[in-house]
Amino acid sequence: MDYTTIIGLEVHVQLLTKSKIFCGCANLFNPDNPNVQTCPVCLGLPGSLPVMNRKAFQLSVKTGLALNCDIASFTKWDRKQYYYPDLPKAYQISQFDLPFSADGWVDIEVPSTGETRRVRLIRAHLEEDAGKNIHDESGRGADSRVDLNRTGTPLLEIVTQPDIRSAEEARIFLEDLRLMLRYLAVSDCEMQEGSLRCDANVNLHVEENGETIPTPIVEIKNLNSFRGVEAAIEHELKKQVKAWQTDPRRMGEVPKTTVGWDANRNATFEQRGKEEAADYRYFPDPDLCPVTITQEEVDEIRSTICELPGVRRTRYVSELGLTPYDAGVIVDQGAEFASYFDEVCVTCGDGKQAANWVTQDVQRELNERKLEIGEFPVSAPVLGAVLKKVVDGELTIKSGREVFATLLSDAGDGTRISAERIDAIIADKGLGKEQDTGKIDAVIQAVLDRNAAVAEDVRNGRMQAVGPLIGQVMRELKGADAKDVRQMILDKLQG
Amino acid sequence: MLTREDVEKVAGLARLKLTEEEISEMADKLSQVISYVTVLDEVDVSNVEPMAHVADVANIFREDAVRESLPREAALDNAPKSDGKYFLVPQILENA
Ligand SMILES: [Zn+2]
Repeated sequence: MDYTTIIGLEVHVQLLTKSKIFCGCANLFNPDNPNVQTCPVCLGLPGSLPVMNRKAFQLSVKTGLALNCDIASFTKWDRKQYYYPDLPKAYQISQFDLPFSADGWVDIEVPSTGETRRVRLIRAHLEEDAGKNIHDESGRGADSRVDLNRTGTPLLEIVTQPDIRSAEEARIFLEDLRLMLRYLAVSDCEMQEGSLRCDANVNLHVEENGETIPTPIVEIKNLNSFRGVEAAIEHELKKQVKAWQTDPRRMGEVPKTTVGWDANRNATFEQRGKEEAADYRYFPDPDLCPVTITQEEVDEIRSTICELPGVRRTRYVSELGLTPYDAGVIVDQGAEFASYFDEVCVTCGDGKQAANWVTQDVQRELNERKLEIGEFPVSAPVLGAVLKKVVDGELTIKSGREVFATLLSDAGDGTRISAERIDAIIADKGLGKEQDTGKIDAVIQAVLDRNAAVAEDVRNGRMQAVGPLIGQVMRELKGADAKDVRQMILDKLQG
Repeated sequence: MLTREDVEKVAGLARLKLTEEEISEMADKLSQVISYVTVLDEVDVSNVEPMAHVADVANIFREDAVRESLPREAALDNAPKSDGKYFLVPQILENA
């Protein structure tokens, strides 16, 4: 069977505003205290009027720009009408024919194929989130409970073209999108809390007798983990291939199906079957006036966009010479971590050295101490100053680690960590790299004299014998560079 | 002229249950309303921008500031049924 997998995603992202989109209720995930963040506007009580949150609109435009979308100079609000208990007005304020942004794209890197793939975006529009229904799962048919805290949370809907070709690509797209949105600080994208959710439209283009035949589309609703997205699409694809082989149906022969994903059973379940196509009867919301935006305002918002993950990754590899792996590790830790790395890098002047320390030493300490980079006691300029000494050859890497460890333990005692401390630590512990070759030479000679038999072994080519000699020298000369010492011993014995 | 299927569809979308008599009555009345507004079809609007809003205003915003919400009791006050914390509704069947 010759076929292509066709996947399009609809992603919903809650925006990081303090208040809701059309009223002053707090925009806060608060499931333990249901129905405490509501007011006449978000309860849809008669006579109440919505007023647009400026910040929500600005965050949307910022996101649209980062997604390479065109920003509409004129945009308006429409009512999408349907009945559901979590939608108190019986309509959702959304955007229909004039969304604030359209025609964007995101490039993703697919490790398994080594390809860069462009996923085009049809549009991104702004709308209000609905409340939350909690179903009785006892099977006794008890009432469903409704919490309207979430009602009116600003929600961005991002719709892709059906450009995604595998479950893996869908997961990568979503991971990259999440990272980008977090860099932009437009959403916390906490999937556990539902602030990033995804629906996937999946079908096949089957090649048969020189014809490309699209199969019926299945929409998988409400995927809220990366693993879930990949597994659900994988599962659905297998099902569709099997369906084609046993009872081939073309698109249009059966209505579009909507399914849910049960992560525990690793299976999809049908949600709505033969229901007629939804009829939302959109019309312009008379309660809200349109929004216009000038090129200057767009440019101003564009100027607030930080360097995004994709650009950063490329720069780390091409300008700093990092491996794509290290670049990825740093970028994936988030904007604050990457900025820390950037500052260390600028201070010490060596990207690879900075990357080694930040991805190993710093990350290990952060994990052990359960800290965020913003709370880390050794600031980027201080670590940069330590590494500068390593890069300039004033400190060995080993001594650098000891300075770093001392700075950290000092921080535990409440000592303020500043770059001035570095020289004091180096002096206290005698960590300065021994530059006096005469002195090193004398110590080496003394060690060789005491270990004449071992020295003889090395002379005869038993190279593993050199290790203990280096060890003895290093014990006497803390600040010496082991590599230099090794070379000097070999020069003496073999020269 | 609206058919009875049209009326049934519109009633269904509005979650209204109409009797046989009401369906034919509504078909008549709605047809009258629609024929009344079809007068508008006579106007040439080919060069007129669609109107997004009756008032000629744009860009009315509020700043992103939190205001006090209603106490929970007040929010739930109008609910036909609640348990003091949540609104209660007849069981929602996801696959209905
Ligand atoms: Zn409210």
